Amino acid sequence: MNADRGNDRGWFSSVTPGDPETYVGAIADGSATEPADWPARAIESGVVPDQSTYYELLHAATQATARAQVRRRERTDDQRLIHCIRAMDDTERVANELAERVSAWSSTTDTSVSGIDGARELLSRSPTRTDDAIAAATDEQLVSLAEQVVALDDQATALRETIEKSMPTVAPNLSMVAGPVLGARLIALAGGLEALAKQPSGTIQVLGAEDALFAHLAGRGSSPKHGVIFVHEYVSGTEPSQRGSAARALAGKLAIAARIDHYAGDRRPSLQAELDERIATIQSRGDGNE
Amino acid sequence: MSDRLPSGVTYRPFEGTDRLATEGPPVYGEPTSQGWRAWDVRRSKLGAMFERGMDTGLEGDETVLYLGAAAGTTVSHVADFAGPTYAIEFAARPVADLLEVAAERPNLFVLLEDARSPSEYAHVVEPVDVIVQDVATRDQAQVANANRQFLSDDGRLLAVVKARSEDVTADPETVFNRFLDRLEGYSVLETERLDPFHDDHLAVIATPE
Repeated sequence: MNADRGNDRGWFSSVTPGDPETYVGAIADGSATEPADWPARAIESGVVPDQSTYYELLHAATQATARAQVRRRERTDDQRLIHCIRAMDDTERVANELAERVSAWSSTTDTSVSGIDGARELLSRSPTRTDDAIAAATDEQLVSLAEQVVALDDQATALRETIEKSMPTVAPNLSMVAGPVLGARLIALAGGLEALAKQPSGTIQVLGAEDALFAHLAGRGSSPKHGVIFVHEYVSGTEPSQRGSAARALAGKLAIAARIDHYAGDRRPSLQAELDERIATIQSRGDGNE
Repeated sequence: MSDRLPSGVTYRPFEGTDRLATEGPPVYGEPTSQGWRAWDVRRSKLGAMFERGMDTGLEGDETVLYLGAAAGTTVSHVADFAGPTYAIEFAARPVADLLEVAAERPNLFVLLEDARSPSEYAHVVEPVDVIVQDVATRDQAQVANANRQFLSDDGRLLAVVKARSEDVTADPETVFNRFLDRLEGYSVLETERLDPFHDDHLAVIATPE
């Protein structure tokens, strides 16, 4: 029964025991049409001396392979999220731009509206009948444009929801400390979760404030205290004189969170607790206690 | 009931209640006592099959192929009483947890593969005595059929059919019958609903024809 299965080679045929670099390819890239008594074959072919050594080798190989595959799979997840957050920013920006156009245009009609909500309102309203051919034709285009605004705004909302749903899986700790959207934004600014995990906290603190930072380095202006992390309530909610400290504390925890997410992947609720405590101290200082 | 339990699986007292248990390092916060860990039958369908007294044919020390290992709640118990245990799981995130479980169990081999494509892991998995199947995909019968090649002639398939994975709108009974109809090359020995431990799940024990 075994003799005519000559074409299939076990995973161990391309493995050098003791050299973990050969394990991953052997498990991940191999295949066979049928299973076989691989432990016996490995012993026959002299790869391992006995069964217990075979299973030790198999355990080392499967652990190394699955770990590498998980890491690779998750690495592409962060790139997808970067596209999501950039697309969200794009759709929001364009929706706002077009909404302004709709507002300006609507002021030439009976009903003037403003903003994205205005565009929504315009759609819910039944078109006014008019005998003026030009007015009829242009009003139709105005409504059509308002439809685009609403569609873009809905798209932006859907993208935000996707980010909120996916971030806790891709980067659980970063998502917990920063919030999913800010977390995704930091990943995007760094270029990926791995890149973010390698940034010092001082860099994370000013990500998104590059213009101010380089102006400062060129001798113009003061050094920026915060980049995009300003939107975090722990920075924006702290009184201005203490914001630098708050931003530094937050950035420190964000750096640790990104590193755990990239290198370990488990959730550490203690990070959040430590940050909460630190921020409480900073904010109480801001109340004039110092 | 316990005469049908494999060796290595037994009822032990935990805080005054007798519960199903295996011997090994804890995994998901289950109660432990003297090296034994309670097997939560509400979180594990195989555990519920034992609790129901189904005849799994397991005696202990078998070679096992586990399809749909997820984060390892059940497969950790299987590895505690079985021999070489191959765990197939396709989703990356639960595999990260599964790797932690396997790190403490030298007989547990994790493969990040799709149970619908057995040729992708047939170069690693040897013929086995038991297939445990708990996959959350459509066409669960197809998964059982495709993996039959791993099962030795007197081996057992222990499958759990999730009605909601196949078709959320259909009546679970219809889904279960469709699964049994589509099962090829197996003769079914026993079936049982796992309610109330697991709603809308059917446990199926089968052997190669």
